[in-house]
Amino acid sequence: MGSTITEKILARAAGAGQVHAGDIIEAKIDLALANDITAPLAIAEFEKAGFTKVFDPARIALVPDHFTPNKDIKAAGQSKVVREFARKHEIVNYFEVGRVGIEHVALPDTGMVAPGDVVVGADSHTCTYGAVAAFSTGMGSTDFAAAMAWGHVWLRVPESVKFVYSGRPQPWVTGKDLILHTIGLIGVDGALYQAMEFTGEAVEALSMDERFTMCNMAIEAGGKNGIVGFDEKTTRFLQSRPEGSRARTAGTVFASDEDAEFARVVEIDASAVPLTVSRPHLPSNTAAASGLADVAIDQVVIGSCTNGRIDDLRQAASILRGRKVHPDVRCIILPGTQQVSLDAIADGTMQTLIEAGCAFSTPTCGACLGGHMGVLAEGERAVATTNRNFVGRMGHPGAEVYLASPYVAAASAVAGHVATPEEVGAEQGGAR
Amino acid sequence: MIFEGTVHKYGRDVDTDVIIPARYLNTSDHAELAKHAMEDIDAGFVDRVRPGDIIVADENFGCGSSREHAPVAIKHAGVSVVVAASFARIFYRNAINTGLPIVVCPEAAAAAQTGDRLKVDLAAGTVENLTRGTKYDAEAFPPFMQELIDRGGLLEYVKLRVAEEGA
Repeated sequence: MGSTITEKILARAAGAGQVHAGDIIEAKIDLALANDITAPLAIAEFEKAGFTKVFDPARIALVPDHFTPNKDIKAAGQSKVVREFARKHEIVNYFEVGRVGIEHVALPDTGMVAPGDVVVGADSHTCTYGAVAAFSTGMGSTDFAAAMAWGHVWLRVPESVKFVYSGRPQPWVTGKDLILHTIGLIGVDGALYQAMEFTGEAVEALSMDERFTMCNMAIEAGGKNGIVGFDEKTTRFLQSRPEGSRARTAGTVFASDEDAEFARVVEIDASAVPLTVSRPHLPSNTAAASGLADVAIDQVVIGSCTNGRIDDLRQAASILRGRKVHPDVRCIILPGTQQVSLDAIADGTMQTLIEAGCAFSTPTCGACLGGHMGVLAEGERAVATTNRNFVGRMGHPGAEVYLASPYVAAASAVAGHVATPEEVGAEQGGAR
Repeated sequence: MIFEGTVHKYGRDVDTDVIIPARYLNTSDHAELAKHAMEDIDAGFVDRVRPGDIIVADENFGCGSSREHAPVAIKHAGVSVVVAASFARIFYRNAINTGLPIVVCPEAAAAAQTGDRLKVDLAAGTVENLTRGTKYDAEAFPPFMQELIDRGGLLEYVKLRVAEEGA
């Protein structure tokens, strides 16, 4: 019996010939990360346990991105704990405000993740890096504290579910629509404890940015990790990372065997996937965007670790070019990194968005989790390209969040209600 | 360990945003977090909960973010144990790591209602509904997890491993 890509990566990290779903292993870590919310708890546990040094200061990333730039005095205190720990332990990859940005956009973009790597992070969306054929998964603060001290992590090798996306998506349909549709199909615990392996011609046709988006939301189906196989797009992405970076110099390419064992195979006709929106209050509560025109909105958020890459902003700008954000709507852009902002300046994307009436933020998780930079009041409704629409996620528990792609979010910002690009007169074709 | 307490019952997919809303995550203080436990799903919870009470829920309890603040808030609000039909993966690890006892028992979760008295025997692996006179076998922890718990938690285990490897 062959192995899945996830099993092969974990076998390498465990120093074993082969591992199987269900095995408990101790895997060597290539990178461990935490942020300004999860690191302070981890640091307290690390110190309480009496550890005095980290396993490797070059393999830990600390990214204060959630409540930064510090939103209040308590948040400033949390950031300070992280900064002081980073200095004390000479953490190489500590990213200060103004340098880099949202962890799950920043780390692959700066070349810190290579194919075949094992990455653990004290943030649930750590599963994002599966897009470069790595194993990455989210954990809590104590697990991160243990990872910092030990350089290893205990894991149960997950079963894999193979998702096969056949056919060519309709115009404007993106990786975000595919993943929302998938979560709608299988439910928010439809892949609980499992690896979600995304395959098929429609996934092969996706840009790297859209593959990151799909892997990012594996956790919203309960998945342990999301992963896409290695191809020439992966190579191009990795080779365009900074010289000397891990992405350019390290890694091992694995692929699932023909006879690998999957817990199940889910076939999805990508050509039949509509522009998809997740209604309140679960990512699985999906519907076609075209049927939601009666949902009036107060705010649109475009960005985050899910859709804050340059392709996402370009997609939004392609709709907003020459149009205006509806008078009753605030449209907030949360770019993933400083580099995304620079790219958006260089090609005019930022100007387009600002001229349309958008507020362009510095990189931060901010509004996605109701932290700052766009918190909703009671009774308010938002369309967001973020990842969760739970009760209270973006502010008041009486507010509502509709999850969507950048195209749908931008069209909704113009229309003042949930809308498709066609409804606001955008030209067909999209980014493809 | 044996816990006996009053049930607070919830449905499926109770997410970490309702267990401890992100607006309170600008602190790591356990007592401060506990003041807001379950706030966005049950605003009166912290006023009603009594030390030793038991949270019971359907499938996928603790889905969403990796915030360890969620089991910390529940534990420090006075909850002795959480019984659910299933737990989200990260919450499961976090509960073990922070010393919040959890029990997987779909039958007990389905039958229990708010106000019922429950007796949970962790060692025996049983959940008894004293109000309804029913008793259920809970799912056992995988042997490795049980070993972690027996050794005093993950960091105690890792201390040993680090010492071994350094020797």
